[in-house]
Amino acid sequence: MIAIGFEGSANKIGVGIMEHSDDGKVSVLANPRHTYITPPGQGFLPKDTAAHHRAHVIPLTLEALAEANLTPKDIDVICFTKGPGMGGPLTTVAIAARTLSLLWGVPLVAVNHCVGHIEMGRMITGADNPVVLYVSGGNTQVIAFSEQRYRIFGEAIDIAVGNCLDRFARILGLPNEPFPGWQIEQRAKKGTQLIDLPYTVKGMDVSFSGILSHMESLVRDHDPYLPDAPYTADDLCFSLQETVFAMLVEITERALAHIGATEVLIVGGVGCNERLQGMMGEMATQRGAHLFATDERFCIDNGLMIAQAGLLAHKHGVVTDLTDTWCTQRYRTDEVLVTWR
Amino acid sequence: MPDTQPPVATLIKQGAEARVYTIPFAGRPAIVKERFRKAYRHPTLDEKLTSRRVVQEARCLHRIRRAGVDTPTVYLVDLKASTIYMEFIDGISVRDHILATSPLNHQHERELATKIAKSLGVMHDMDIVHGDLTTSNMMMRAGDNPSLVLIDFGLSFVSTLVEDKAVDLYVLERALSSTHPDTDSFFQAILNAYAKNSKGGKPVLKKLEDVRRRGRKRTAFG
Repeated sequence: MIAIGFEGSANKIGVGIMEHSDDGKVSVLANPRHTYITPPGQGFLPKDTAAHHRAHVIPLTLEALAEANLTPKDIDVICFTKGPGMGGPLTTVAIAARTLSLLWGVPLVAVNHCVGHIEMGRMITGADNPVVLYVSGGNTQVIAFSEQRYRIFGEAIDIAVGNCLDRFARILGLPNEPFPGWQIEQRAKKGTQLIDLPYTVKGMDVSFSGILSHMESLVRDHDPYLPDAPYTADDLCFSLQETVFAMLVEITERALAHIGATEVLIVGGVGCNERLQGMMGEMATQRGAHLFATDERFCIDNGLMIAQAGLLAHKHGVVTDLTDTWCTQRYRTDEVLVTWR
Repeated sequence: MPDTQPPVATLIKQGAEARVYTIPFAGRPAIVKERFRKAYRHPTLDEKLTSRRVVQEARCLHRIRRAGVDTPTVYLVDLKASTIYMEFIDGISVRDHILATSPLNHQHERELATKIAKSLGVMHDMDIVHGDLTTSNMMMRAGDNPSLVLIDFGLSFVSTLVEDKAVDLYVLERALSSTHPDTDSFFQAILNAYAKNSKGGKPVLKKLEDVRRRGRKRTAFG
């Protein structure tokens, strides 16, 4: 069976094509993506992001079909992101998916974005039953599978870790290309001084807004770009990463210990940060567990993850009726009944 | 001087932050909790967190025991070795107890909920926040009509804020629903008993609504 997946819940639009052969073989046929990049110091607004997605959805679909060497007749199911995400971008992509479904006469499957990340990560890395750390610009969750659902063991109680990093990049005026977190990661490599920051772990939950405010006040007190500043921008990036990643690794380890799991999987855009992967790897080694991680092709939002999660559901009989193909900005990971595991 | 290198320590649990051993201590069974270095953490941050948590843990254990909540008695704190020696509790965790007797019958559910709520109520009235309330961190002493013991104060801290106490309950709610699905009525029973047994209970429960809503808001973006 061949599935095409459409993702556009934030500033990336992606179209992925995936095949599950009868003999159990899984093949990635195409996964092109386009990112809406804003000028340094600015975030992406829903309206502009939706316009970006509208402009790119058709060229990307043609590109994906050409790369996979397929025609619309070969597609068995169209998968799209139902949520969570930004309203405008979500509905834009849903309209494209609905239109193609009617044009091609192919059924639709609505997919939860977070479940897409998890299924993609499991498929690419071969992790069987991992504790999942899902970290992105919109989500920070520690997830484990139990009783047919991906249950959230811990999460950020205010802003997501990626949002904290993105906004600090904006405060420092770093470019948004390829993405703000990458800019912070490069600067952090040159940082030497660990600045004392708030460390906020509450059980298995974490909080980042206070850290961001603290970072903001540090920049306000001493311009880190001036030669006589007590800390450099590199030091700030380094300290921020060391602190927030330590918090994430700590709650992931706590979930591992709580359920007695031996596999960890990192997914989501922040998941391609090599320092986070390194710290998680050290934690896993220290307790005899195994780390699974992917690179930016699969970590960052893409169409393939939606195709993968949608196809798994579709093979177990899930079809979304056209009248039910609405989107929602709020859609918890644990709301999805996982029928395929 | 107590011997800080126990001759016959048996590892009973490797937790996320500490190793727990049993040893004989002055003629009785004891627990040694040793926090270990986290290789992944920056050494400065690691040292700060570890020593802060050892002191915090011992202090909170001691304070709420004095207030009448059943917790392990602290025997000795060795800050240099990041180690606390405390009483060995003969019993099982509430987690294992629920899993073993599931589904809980109504009567038993209410009794257990009341015990938990009473302990939490006294603890919060003392302005102590546990910080990691899960059913693994509550034990029941062996015997008839077992006493409920709160353990693992590794993330505990002192706070007068209603917010912190509400988050404490929220953490428990989340831990309950992720470890023991279909325990909504059990948690509700805990909250009802908490409201009755804690002096500052009402505002905490009101705040819990806010914390929940905020938690739910976290579904906003992809």
